[in-house]
Amino acid sequence: MNNNVIIIGGGPCGLEASAQLHQMGYNVILVEREPQLGGHLAKWDRLFPEGIKAKEVLDQLIANINGVKYFLNTEVKSINQLDKEYNVILSNGITILATAVLMASGFDLFPAEKKEEYGYGIYDKVITNADLENYFNTGKDRRITAAPKRIGFVHCVGSRDEKAGNRYCSKVCCATAVKQACEAKEAFPDAEVFCFYMDLRMFGRGYEDLYLRAQKEYGVRFIRGRVSEVAEDINSQLIVKAEDTLSGKPIKVTLDLLVLMAGMTNCQAGVKVANMLSLKKDDDGFFTCKDSILHLQQSDKKGIFYAGACTGPKTLPDTLHEARAAAIAIHNYFKERK
Amino acid sequence: MANFGYSLTKSSRIDLNNRNIEKWNRLVELEPDVLKCMACGSCTASCTAGKFTKTSLRSAILYLQNGQEKEALEYIQSCLLCGKCFMVCPRAINTRHLLLSISKIYSNR
Ligand code: SF4
Ligand code: SF4
Ligand code: SF4
Repeated sequence: MNNNVIIIGGGPCGLEASAQLHQMGYNVILVEREPQLGGHLAKWDRLFPEGIKAKEVLDQLIANINGVKYFLNTEVKSINQLDKEYNVILSNGITILATAVLMASGFDLFPAEKKEEYGYGIYDKVITNADLENYFNTGKDRRITAAPKRIGFVHCVGSRDEKAGNRYCSKVCCATAVKQACEAKEAFPDAEVFCFYMDLRMFGRGYEDLYLRAQKEYGVRFIRGRVSEVAEDINSQLIVKAEDTLSGKPIKVTLDLLVLMAGMTNCQAGVKVANMLSLKKDDDGFFTCKDSILHLQQSDKKGIFYAGACTGPKTLPDTLHEARAAAIAIHNYFKERK
Repeated sequence: MANFGYSLTKSSRIDLNNRNIEKWNRLVELEPDVLKCMACGSCTASCTAGKFTKTSLRSAILYLQNGQEKEALEYIQSCLLCGKCFMVCPRAINTRHLLLSISKIYSNR
């Protein structure tokens, strides 16, 4: 039996799992389809709840894989189950026989243009959570010109929405919205900032404090109601309509910038690989774990493991826990087979 | 005015563009804790006056935020300043003090 573990996806999940398995003495091969490691984390600026720099976290995760073989710009071309192992052919021509495969393929952001009524890609002043992170990171976005005077955040874009095909909650976007609302207020101190939410899901340690800070220190106004439609006026300002459900009245406001909190969907590139193995997916499009309490890292196929957002929306710490749990699950799998 | 047999109802839509928040800003200065309200409704639920009158501190805060002064004051005009809402507010807002400050800033009496 060979000592090879192939990890699909070089985001935080794949990086952490690589580092752990490498330390345990396994021969790890990490495959990333993009030209750099880090996945979405490489494009993010700061992380909730405290606002730790994404780059610092990523640099540490990359430093930890010290010695792991990884391939960038590389996809899985084919993957076959043999008698005791998997035969994996990569797009760079390399073939690997691996005893275990870890799917760390992560998520895609919901394509916000699909919610046409919000006008992403149609109106100039509508951006996404990812666009705003990129702006905070680089200081550049052609849509943010003069300092906006009124900024709105729309929660649950492409989540909790059967028409968008996603009934589930994406878990991280409430905390992201509240974090970004505070940061927007820091960047544009004269701006009024509004968050349009249905429920605020501030479940983690320090998240409620973040919410309180947003209210008390930053004066962010939380309006309970889903934005129903957005229109653009002749000054390319945005007219936003919602219900203030706490007073039961329709509400209208004109904004200079609207940020859509795009949710998480299963990564399509990961799904492509999973389909080669006929791995199961739930109704929500994420992969089906062997069971949902005791065996979150196992798939229904021997030797195929899951970690991170490919089995549903997760925070970064959740994902890192799962990466470590997967390393242990894989280690136990090797032991059982000896 | 000629009577056409019908009349137009004033729009009940809240327009956040044109709200006058000058007084609200003064209130925030005096009572920064008002920003902490998370609209839980505990104050309204245990209000002494609320059983008999339209009294709701939660609603008053909301309407003030929306710049609807008149409506807001209707929600607290029967307040007895008993302070029961202070005891139940989970965000520890000194609601009694807040109520006094609201009437100081907003009432024209
Ligand atoms: S975390 Fe918040 S914004 Fe995201 S889908 Fe859930 S409720 Fe909506
Ligand atoms: S102080 Fe006023 S608002 Fe508060 S419980 Fe007493 S009567 Fe109700
Ligand atoms: S009890 Fe406190 S937090 Fe709850 S609605 Fe009343 S003032 Fe707001």
